[in-house]
Amino acid sequence: MDVLIFLIPVALLLGLIGLAGFLWSLKSGQYEDLEGAKYRILQDDDLPDEPDDPAR
Amino acid sequence: MTAHERDWDAFVTLSPEGEAHMDLAVEGITCAACMVEIERGLAAQPGIRKARLNLTSHRLAVDWTPGESTPDHVVETLSRLGYRAHPFDPAQMRERADSAGRELLRCLAVAGFAAMNIMLLSVSVWSGNATGIETETRDFFHWLSALIALPAAVYAGRPFLRSAFAAIWARRLNMDVPIVIGVTLALFLSVTQTIQSAHHAYFESAVMLLFFLLIGRYLDHTMRRRTRAFAENIAALKAETAVTIQPDGRLREVPLSKVAPGEHILVRAGERVSLDGTVVSGRSDIDQSLVTGETALASVGVGDPVYAGTMNASANLTVAVTTASGATLLDEVTRLLEAAAQAKSKYVQLADRAAALYSPLVHLAAALTFLGWWLSGAGWQPSLVVAISVLIITCPCALGLAIPAVQVVTSGLMFRAGVLLHSGDAVERLAEVDTIVFDKTGTLTLAVPEVVETAALNDTARAVAGRLALSSRHPLAAALARATGAEVPLPDAREMPGEGVCATVEGRELRLGSATFCGLPEEAAQAALAARPGASLLVFRDGEGTPVPLLVEQRLREDAAETAAALRQAGYRLAILSGDREAPVAAVARQLGIEDWQAELRPADKIARLEQRAASGARVLMVGDGLNDAPALAAAHVSMSPVTAVHVAQAAADAVFLGDRLAPVSDAMRLSRRARAAMSQNLWFSTLYNVVAVPFAVAGFVTPLIAALAMSGSSVVVTLNALRLRLTAGSSSERV
Repeated sequence: MDVLIFLIPVALLLGLIGLAGFLWSLKSGQYEDLEGAKYRILQDDDLPDEPDDPAR
Repeated sequence: MTAHERDWDAFVTLSPEGEAHMDLAVEGITCAACMVEIERGLAAQPGIRKARLNLTSHRLAVDWTPGESTPDHVVETLSRLGYRAHPFDPAQMRERADSAGRELLRCLAVAGFAAMNIMLLSVSVWSGNATGIETETRDFFHWLSALIALPAAVYAGRPFLRSAFAAIWARRLNMDVPIVIGVTLALFLSVTQTIQSAHHAYFESAVMLLFFLLIGRYLDHTMRRRTRAFAENIAALKAETAVTIQPDGRLREVPLSKVAPGEHILVRAGERVSLDGTVVSGRSDIDQSLVTGETALASVGVGDPVYAGTMNASANLTVAVTTASGATLLDEVTRLLEAAAQAKSKYVQLADRAAALYSPLVHLAAALTFLGWWLSGAGWQPSLVVAISVLIITCPCALGLAIPAVQVVTSGLMFRAGVLLHSGDAVERLAEVDTIVFDKTGTLTLAVPEVVETAALNDTARAVAGRLALSSRHPLAAALARATGAEVPLPDAREMPGEGVCATVEGRELRLGSATFCGLPEEAAQAALAARPGASLLVFRDGEGTPVPLLVEQRLREDAAETAAALRQAGYRLAILSGDREAPVAAVARQLGIEDWQAELRPADKIARLEQRAASGARVLMVGDGLNDAPALAAAHVSMSPVTAVHVAQAAADAVFLGDRLAPVSDAMRLSRRARAAMSQNLWFSTLYNVVAVPFAVAGFVTPLIAALAMSGSSVVVTLNALRLRLTAGSSSERV
């Protein structure tokens, strides 16, 4: 069972990465507007606009 | 757009890179399409760097390059898109980042991470203890748990530590004191056990306790923040600004906080007077209904004082400001307000009352357990282990969630019923109410006056009178214009300040205004008013025809009678305390079947009446909207005001209700009673749980596994019980 000495710290490290990810997302303001975020994924503002269809 | 220039500097903040930033509250957002439209519309304008609308709080953050765009341009673009927006005074936006909420969320994340990983290790140890784990492996797991638990508990326990120390400092007990003691002792015991390589450690209990309690804390915080954000938006849209007249004659719109005494402000017809002052030029009528509850208009001229919150009805006034913002209210109102608010802060929340009962009991039980085991010869160390396990099993996990969970669910339900809560304990206090006291003007009645009936005019006269009324900003004329549905104003209509409007059509002179302006004899005017004592008179005359009196009054809220009946049936005593004259108050009281009413009360009188009731043991809900109600709102056991209320009244009230109906008041009462029932169920459940669990702990049967199961089990039960409110609310909230 000596392998536990490596495996458990590795498991913890993975958990810490998850925690760090959450804290980063919190800091970058991703929880400011939970209502709007679900609609924003449907927007294609980041794509260049079709020239013949500017206002949709 | 408005003809004057706004002083935007007060609203705009500049970033170090030279970007300008402004926050606006936007009205009329209904769906995601609005968000896309606003953001695209603004982004298409030159100079706008970033426009982001928060769909949760209905606030827009705009960044632009100064010189390429202006704030005027932003607001203009928004109004072209069809949305009314008003910038926030940065002085009122201190809480923009919501640092408290973020801290709680960070603590919650750390506690959650720690709880899960320690649980992983603990479950291995528990199963290992049953199947024969090697001592080295167990010690390794316990040390690892300590390594995770100690820093996590220090980090995630800060909110509790701070509040517990503050309470002890103030020589009080709150829920956080037993929490901090319990967690500290559990960690201390676990470290000792680990050093002695014992079979059990309580790391997971300590961290899980923090995790569950932080969930409750965070729920509580989000609830308050959401309603506060909406209240702030409402305040911003009510435009707490004044138009000042510069020495060179230019007009600037500035936030109230920037106006100094002595400056001249322009108050246009139809606008609210923003600061106390003296009239320098102009003549007008002032609608004081929000300030005194008096529905008749008062005429003012040069040298007369005007008060903040009153409505300028008929003509532009120039006012020299006498008191600056912050002291705008009559001194009396402010002073009474402070005194009343102080008295109220003595209210002890249900959770803290439970804690005050609970913590001495629990700590006594733990001490007795220790003594009992020690005296019966168990040695001090095993005795201490048992005593601490008593503390851990009784730690108020369920108690900590019992009340916040119910409050969150209830505030969500109230939100749907159109009631915004300002303070978290308002739910508890609403549930204790047995007497409801209403203000009349603006509360039982709508804030906007309406024409009683226009049957006295034939259709053509109605139409022409409505068109004539469109040319005036006077509230009575506006009421007539609304009632007739007129859309096109008459050409070359002239307004005579303080008298009325007239226009010439097909050679006949049409007049609309006061009785004397239209030549209605005094007796006829009195006779017309006799039937409806609360109404104001508006007279219309077509050429040389007979003047026709029209009655305009603040109509009762549509469902006022039903709501009053429903409340009375639910067992509440109803009363009216009004600042208005006796006749209109009596009429309203009769219509609603309320026998207990008083009229012509000054703010201090209202407080005195409320105190009398409080002294005789009544718990009073005060519902009011005026400046004169503000102290009474703060003095009552709990208070509500309609969204049309003056800012001070809203700030003093515990809850604000939206819309033209009075039903939210009865809904709030119903929901709060059910919430109160759920809170006591939860508290009783927690007590029951302790009654069952403590004997086991005292007897020394509690292992960490049992502690963990009991703790999560009880937390889940109280949360589910709170959510049950929402299930049963579905059927009854449909009529809202």
